[in-house]
Amino acid sequence: MNGIVIWMKLFWTFFKIGLFGFGGGYGMLSLIQNEVVEKQHWISNSEFTDIVAVSQMTPGPIGINSATYVGYKAIENGGMSRTEAMLGSLLASFSVMLPSFILMLLISAFFMHYKTHKSVQTVLKWLRPVVVGMLAAAVLLLLNEENLGGFQRDNLQLYVSIGLFILAFIATYFWKIGPIKVILIAGLFGGLFYSLV
Amino acid sequence: MLFDLFITFFKIGLFTIGGGYAMIPLLQREVVEHKGWLKDEDFLDLMAIAQSAPGVFVVNMSIFVGYRVRGKRGSVACALGAAMPSIIIILAIALFAGNYRDNRIVENVFKGIRPAVIALILTPTIRLASKAGLNKWTWWVPVATALLIWWIGVSPIWIILAAIVGAILYYILKLRKA
Repeated sequence: MNGIVIWMKLFWTFFKIGLFGFGGGYGMLSLIQNEVVEKQHWISNSEFTDIVAVSQMTPGPIGINSATYVGYKAIENGGMSRTEAMLGSLLASFSVMLPSFILMLLISAFFMHYKTHKSVQTVLKWLRPVVVGMLAAAVLLLLNEENLGGFQRDNLQLYVSIGLFILAFIATYFWKIGPIKVILIAGLFGGLFYSLV
Repeated sequence: MLFDLFITFFKIGLFTIGGGYAMIPLLQREVVEHKGWLKDEDFLDLMAIAQSAPGVFVVNMSIFVGYRVRGKRGSVACALGAAMPSIIIILAIALFAGNYRDNRIVENVFKGIRPAVIALILTPTIRLASKAGLNKWTWWVPVATALLIWWIGVSPIWIILAAIVGAILYYILKLRKA
């Protein structure tokens, strides 16, 4: 693919992903795969699986992670230099964020203007309990085999995970320890424990 | 102030591990408790809107909080701050560590982090429940919402839309009566 076209395609593809990607990170994955693997052939299916795996092993939202990675690979696989590939990853990452900016600024401006109006207040009052339910659902959904290490009864990782879950809850809820500290301690523990066992 | 926003969200982005909602405990700790930029109630409102909009949840949430605190520039500072750690780390992996995903130690570190993160999300859920105005008439709403999403697989967007429609109908009926 020649020069300018791939940059424009990169921008437009990730702009679309940002605009139509509903339902959070994993909801976006199928859209990303469809655009990037099947339509544009920028990366192979196994490279795509790699991104998902790497996203689970790095911080940050999967939408940004995959944009950065695909932006790099698309330019690199197109035969350009590493510097250009880095620019590609920046372009893809900003393109996926751009629709959010446009939409959110419109919504924010509207919201700030009408937030004291009775009708908006009523809507917000109704929404708050729903949001609490959404958070509770996230907790339930995350208590899965992938995060806990499988539900077989003789699985050591399952018991360690349950222990870490309970301890982390006690630490944050009762002892008011900050989330960053808990993550660092849990990570250090996992790194030492699972490497030694 | 803008730099403070950027650094705070950089920190939040760096420790948002395991999906968008992992950002909630960090946001609550840094933005509500430490900095006092938002109240818990504001937080619930912003979450409902960020979840119903398309795009990356973490980015949406950052833009919103940034806009609330410091207008348009604030939203740019927060969103860039939250996205920057991802971009830097993924670029570093693409450039230098092609075999990162086969790294045993990294895998083990994340085996420890993932179950802890779930508990980290549970804590603000309980705390926010007390700020959501729940009473004997409304306690079932979060329970039903959680079950619909978790068990039946309904998208949160539909439940949010249903609540908005319900609230507007209720408001119109109340206006008529008055």
